[in-house]
Amino acid sequence: MQSEVMFAGFGGQGIMMIGKLLAYAALEEGKEVAWIPSYGPEMRGGTAYCMVVFSDRPVASPVISNPSHLVVMNRPSLEKFAPVIKPDGICMVNSSLIPIETDRGDIDELRVPCNDIALELGNVKCANIVALGAFGARSKLVDMDILQKAVEKQFSAKPKLVPMNIKAFRTGAEKALEGM
Amino acid sequence: MAKKLMKGAEAIGEAAIWAGCKGYFCYPITPQTEVAEYLAKRMPESGGVFLQAESELAAANMIFGAAATGTRVFTSSSSPGISLMSEAISYIAAAELPTVFVNIMRSGPGLGGILPAQSDYFQSTKGGGHGDYHLVVLAPATIQEAVDMMMNAFDIADTYRTPVMVVGDGLIGQMMEPVEFPDDYTPVKADNSSWATTGCKDRDPHLVKTLYLDPQLCDDFNHKLARKYDEIKEKECRWEDYNLEDDYEVLLVSYGTMSRICKTVIEDLEAEGIKVGLVRPLTLFPFPFDAIEKASQKDSVKAVISVEMSMGQMVEDVERAVKYKKPVSHYGRAGGIIPTPDEVAKVIKETLKKNK
Repeated sequence: MQSEVMFAGFGGQGIMMIGKLLAYAALEEGKEVAWIPSYGPEMRGGTAYCMVVFSDRPVASPVISNPSHLVVMNRPSLEKFAPVIKPDGICMVNSSLIPIETDRGDIDELRVPCNDIALELGNVKCANIVALGAFGARSKLVDMDILQKAVEKQFSAKPKLVPMNIKAFRTGAEKALEGM
Repeated sequence: MAKKLMKGAEAIGEAAIWAGCKGYFCYPITPQTEVAEYLAKRMPESGGVFLQAESELAAANMIFGAAATGTRVFTSSSSPGISLMSEAISYIAAAELPTVFVNIMRSGPGLGGILPAQSDYFQSTKGGGHGDYHLVVLAPATIQEAVDMMMNAFDIADTYRTPVMVVGDGLIGQMMEPVEFPDDYTPVKADNSSWATTGCKDRDPHLVKTLYLDPQLCDDFNHKLARKYDEIKEKECRWEDYNLEDDYEVLLVSYGTMSRICKTVIEDLEAEGIKVGLVRPLTLFPFPFDAIEKASQKDSVKAVISVEMSMGQMVEDVERAVKYKKPVSHYGRAGGIIPTPDEVAKVIKETLKKNK
């Protein structure tokens, strides 16, 4: 049983971080996991991405042509990667920055205004955590308590940021469950 | 010990610390600069020396000097940086000093790109520096293997008094995977009292040198090295046989992260009724010629494919191994493009069609 989640956005949106948080949570649950970043020029602006692969067995190919699920934070990433997700996958779309839809009738398109929610909560920088909460709740791939703990741990060096990020995580999760 | 998610480059640095490495002299280069970043903090913490040199050439010669003292030292770089280090590697082999080098391969030639490649096979196994020497070359496919091989590399280096190289690619450098470090590890205690420069109070001075002007002495020395490499070939060759139990029609030979992609392909094709086997070299030197020859000889085998992220380097050794008894071909991509499982599966099917 293997799942692959691709996170994509422009460099600076915190894509790598939310991929890592999902990977930490999967490891906590005793899964085999690999986190694979893009580190080419696309890191700056455009379509930076990371892939999280987790499985009951050791992960074979870290290179995945068609991931199970996708989280996209900006428009070029949706345009580039939405066509490759496997049917019945979840595509979490940051509707604050992405006015278009995926045009795929065979996937679960979850539209969440991550930037708007983040701004309401106090800082646009936590938009990625909103996205993580939304995707986590919709996909049920990992235990949400474990995933939330990973978020807390991530910001534990700056305790002032923890409450806002927890709120961002939970708000994202609520939004995801609203549509169900 | 609990498993920890670690980036390959950092895990490699941590493995060196666990192996008792006390010196890291380096120069930054993508995609492995995180090794230096990590060790800048970690090495002094553990009582060792961290030094960023002015170039890879300088770093490699610092390694040469430090290794002469009998201290465990290592450096890491990527393809163009390893080219710069190659002269020093020849000197280190000639001086018979234990050292470890790490090459996180990127696309070339020239300045090339920063994405993963396996195009330094020739450089690490056939050349690099000048003269009749060999590097022992270890090729991990997972981050855990990179950790295990790093620790093993120091032991091999000390056992044989020889430079050892661990080759990864950009994926090994940049991926994060769960790793654990062995609580019960004890480093090989090699006796360097006959050669290490540790201060010559109460003893005759030791001389670490590589100059052999007298032709007979130089010839003798080259034979000494050759005997060392023969022993290494006998004792240190390692590989993995994968899916060789049934009647596979195609044999793949692949190493590093590329071999993992091959394993996924094998699984995918199994579901379609096409049987494919794999021999994965763990040591590129000594190369598992016998294992590949044996695996290729099965009657069911119609073709052998060397799958590597290069324009075809390991394929030459695969051809030697197979001794022209079966068709051998190469598949790979350059430029940092990583072949997808679908791509490789397609190539296997086309190869089967061609070799009915």
